Amino acid sequence: MSLKEKVQAVIGGDLVELTDFRGDLCAEVPKGRCLQVLTRLKEEGGFDFLSDVIGMDNLHLYEKKKQKKGKKAEEETKPEKQGPPPPRFEVIYLLLSLETGERLQIRVRVPEDDLELPTITGLWRAADWPEREVFDMFGIRFKGHPNLRRLLMWDEFQDHPLRKDYPLEGKGEERHLNYDIG
Amino acid sequence: MGFQAIQGEGWLLAKAEQLINWGRSRSPWPFPYGTACCGIELMCALASGYDMARFGAERVAFTPRQCDVLIVAGTITKKMVPVLKRIYAQMAEPKWVLAVGACACSGGVFRTYSTHQGIGSVIPVDVYIPGCPPRPEGILYALLKLIDKIEADHPLYKQRSKVIEALEAAK
Repeated sequence: MSLKEKVQAVIGGDLVELTDFRGDLCAEVPKGRCLQVLTRLKEEGGFDFLSDVIGMDNLHLYEKKKQKKGKKAEEETKPEKQGPPPPRFEVIYLLLSLETGERLQIRVRVPEDDLELPTITGLWRAADWPEREVFDMFGIRFKGHPNLRRLLMWDEFQDHPLRKDYPLEGKGEERHLNYDIG
Repeated sequence: MGFQAIQGEGWLLAKAEQLINWGRSRSPWPFPYGTACCGIELMCALASGYDMARFGAERVAFTPRQCDVLIVAGTITKKMVPVLKRIYAQMAEPKWVLAVGACACSGGVFRTYSTHQGIGSVIPVDVYIPGCPPRPEGILYALLKLIDKIEADHPLYKQRSKVIEALEAAK
C-alpha cells in the first residue's frame, strides 16, 4: 500500500487535491476540516511527528498568474474559466511518520477576511512556537492557542512583516523600552 | 608615544597621564557581545591559536561591570538594540567599543525591517572592523589600533576642571 493510497484511505473524504511533486506528497484540505484531518492522520495514518508549521502569502503569485492568463486569453481568444481568486494565505503542516519515515504536506488555504485556524497544540506540543511564528509573520490567529504572542518581533510591533505588501526595509519601527537610556 | 620615565634606585618619575594610559592600554579586558558568525571568529581570536591575551585582553568578562572593551561581534537586530544600550550603560568608565564585521558596522547585507543599520547610531564606536566576518587577525589588528588610541588619550586633561577643583580643595 503506497503512501498515496494510505492517505486517500485515511482522509479521502476531506481531500480537495492530492498532488505528488517529485516524490513530495501534498494534500490540500478545506479550512473547516483541518483539525479533524490532522487528528485522523496522527491517530490512524501513523504520522506521529510534526516537523513544522509554515505560513505563506500568495498575494503577488496570483497577481502574476492573472497577468499571464490575461496575455494568453488575448492570444488565444478563448473564453477562460472565470473562478473566484484563490484565498491569499496558506498554512502548511509538515508531517513525518517516525515509524516508516514517510512525509506528508497538508495545505490549508486561509482567506484574507477570515484569518483564523484551530490550533493543533492539543495534538502536537511542537506546534506551539511555529504557530506563534506564523501569527507573528502573517497575522493568522490560531484559536485555542495557549500563548499566542509574537515569537520573533517585539510585542509592541504592529505589522506582520512576511506579508508581501509589507516593505522589505520596514516602516521605520524601532523598539523602545521603559528603562531605555537616552 | 610610549611610556617614558626617569628611573632611579627605588623611585620613578613619570607623567600621571602616561602612567594611567600605560595601565589601561595593557589590560583592555573584553566583553564578548557575539550575536552572529563574527562571534565565532571572536572566539577564535580569543582562543589559544591567536591568543588575544598576548595584548592584554587577558580576562574575558561576562559581566559588563568588570570590563573595558565592548566587542560587538554580529548582527544587531532592532529587538536587541535596547539590550545593547543597557549593556553599554552598565559598563564602568573608561570604556571602549569595537564594532566587528559588516553587520555591526552598517547592518551588512541585512537591509531589512528587523536589522539595525549599524551600532554607531546608538552607542559610540572606537574602531570599526570591516569583513564578513573579519579574520581573527583583523580583530587583533583592531585591538592594537584601540591600544594606540588609548595610549594617545589624555585621561586627566579631559577631567582637568575636576582635578583643579580637587587641588584647590586640598589647599
